[in-house]
Amino acid sequence: MSFASSGGRLGRRQFLGGAAAGLVAGTASGAAAQGQGPLQGALQVPAWTREQGEGVASPPYGVPSPFEKAVGRRPRTKPAFPTAASTGTPLQDLHGIITPSGLHYERHHAGVPAIDPEQHRLVIHGLVDRPLVLTMNDIARFPSVSRLWFLECSGNTPQWTGGSAKWTVQETHGLISCSEWTGVRLSTLLDEVGLRPQGRWILAEGADGAAMSRSIPLDVALDDALIAYAQNGEHLRPEQGYPLRLVLPGIEGNMSIKWLRRLKVGDQPFQTREETSKYTDLMPDGTARQFTFVMEAKSVITSPSGGHQLRDKGFYEIRGLAWSGRGRITAVDVSTDGGATWRRAELQAPVLSRCLTRFRLPWTWEGGPALLQSRAVDETGYVQPVRQQLVDVRGVNSQYHFNGIQTWKVEPTGEVSNAA
Amino acid sequence: MRPELRILLGLLAVLGLVAPAAAGTTGVLGIGHVATQADIAAYDIDVRADGAGLPPGRGSVAEGKELFAATCAACHGDKGQGGQADVLAGGKGTLATAKPVKTVGSFWPYATTLFDYVNRAMPFTAPQSLSADQVYAVSAYVLFLNGLVPEDATLDAQSLPRVAMPNRNGFTSDPRPDVPPVARN
Ligand code: HEC
Repeated sequence: MSFASSGGRLGRRQFLGGAAAGLVAGTASGAAAQGQGPLQGALQVPAWTREQGEGVASPPYGVPSPFEKAVGRRPRTKPAFPTAASTGTPLQDLHGIITPSGLHYERHHAGVPAIDPEQHRLVIHGLVDRPLVLTMNDIARFPSVSRLWFLECSGNTPQWTGGSAKWTVQETHGLISCSEWTGVRLSTLLDEVGLRPQGRWILAEGADGAAMSRSIPLDVALDDALIAYAQNGEHLRPEQGYPLRLVLPGIEGNMSIKWLRRLKVGDQPFQTREETSKYTDLMPDGTARQFTFVMEAKSVITSPSGGHQLRDKGFYEIRGLAWSGRGRITAVDVSTDGGATWRRAELQAPVLSRCLTRFRLPWTWEGGPALLQSRAVDETGYVQPVRQQLVDVRGVNSQYHFNGIQTWKVEPTGEVSNAA
Repeated sequence: MRPELRILLGLLAVLGLVAPAAAGTTGVLGIGHVATQADIAAYDIDVRADGAGLPPGRGSVAEGKELFAATCAACHGDKGQGGQADVLAGGKGTLATAKPVKTVGSFWPYATTLFDYVNRAMPFTAPQSLSADQVYAVSAYVLFLNGLVPEDATLDAQSLPRVAMPNRNGFTSDPRPDVPPVARN
């Protein structure tokens, strides 16, 4: 959605529709879009200009405008177990690179625990000189750092065989979010307990009903990993691990254990269910890749995107997001003809390592069919592949780590849909 | 400790500016409480592939069958064939087919992971409510459903890690980037 209107032709209701300038979200708000009709004639001074608004501290902790009700996280399909499920970030409704904390994607395996920070403890033990129990107050005393990083679920974008034509970008790519995280470097805590030389892997474990557990190799643990207690300036949201979580930059989201209660240093991986039965990538020959941690470079156009409706021919700004678990984004190419020709998009500064990068490209829609695509390139020279390249190597049953180029199909009617 | 820091602290100690930390008692900053094994025992639940961490106790397939029917079958099916929740048995020989069925028997590389996971997360509605004997028993039953232990088997900390898992060698390391680079036009 956007404040910009195309030649004054967009009414307030269209703004509500969650769409960018000149387009409306198709099904959900098509009817609402007719609410006010085209702006014509003399402006009237509205009621809110002729009275006092709400007083301060109403409410003390601010919430979005009541006109933003349509914006929210939702699951792709109704989950059999709502506590072992995921919801996507509404990327089509967001601007810039920061995900509002309350819209960060969710993936829980036993629901969101209601943890009292006074009673929460972090245990660090195993191959260390001084096993420690830390309270939240203890953790807050350590030297702290802040980092802008994305988190992406490795199950994001399940388009191995193409997805549903009806999917919006929330459904194709919503399991990515980006925040400023503040906390203590894991390396600082390891210094405090005295890592023994035999230490190679660290088990991280949550305090939720899944006691979610993953083995983190030492090189990942020492690569700027954070034990975070804050997100976007405030303490973590409960859905994001309140009061304490691991954040591993560029690494599949499942490993950034939420509600962190324990770190155990060992000399080998612990072979938890989440790194054997799940989060392993099955290949056509029946073998499975294990410990596939990094999230490779990827991008997606968020506007126009699935479910949008282009109303008028003319100017549109193509907007999207790019990211790489291996470092900075160096370029994003955009095609409006399904990859036959490409143009270089403008990257919005700052372009940070392992963070979302916003890209933009002006586009004139002539009213014909179009296939919108974006292709990310990162600082290692890696170029985001097309789906077929991934399928040629990995088949269609590897489930995780899909980073193929996304195609949005624009019909001559202006309807935009997922063409995978 | 990072080398620079270690050198710096050493230097300061020589100069008498900081008291030399007695190894094993105080950390760099001295924050937090040193934990004894007894303090952390309730949290220290992980079980490794070699069996390290398995608690004392034992459970039989027969005991597991009863427990499974009462506490697991509603979601996973009476024979582990799946229901609302994951399939736990079968799928043998399907991994390289168009429709792979990944189960404890067809896919999991270690039997110990079954104990570890059930012990920490199942039954779904009451995690960490089973005794060690009960976790051994349902694990034995799930392994029996997969044809990996005989019907009269009893499992404990010695025998569970020795259960031969068919897909033990089915895992490889991460070869990415694995897609040949394309020229950008
Ligand atoms: C109320 C439903 C329910 C009950 C009862 C239940 N489970 Fe589960 N089980 C689940 C769900 C849901 C998952 C997947 C959780 C997730 O998303 O991580 C699961 C996962 C599992 C898995 C991992 C499957 C895989 O392939 O990774 C095992 C093993 C398992 N359960 C065993 C048991 C056992 C043994 C019991 C009885 C002691 C039990 N479950 C009782 C719902 C249930």
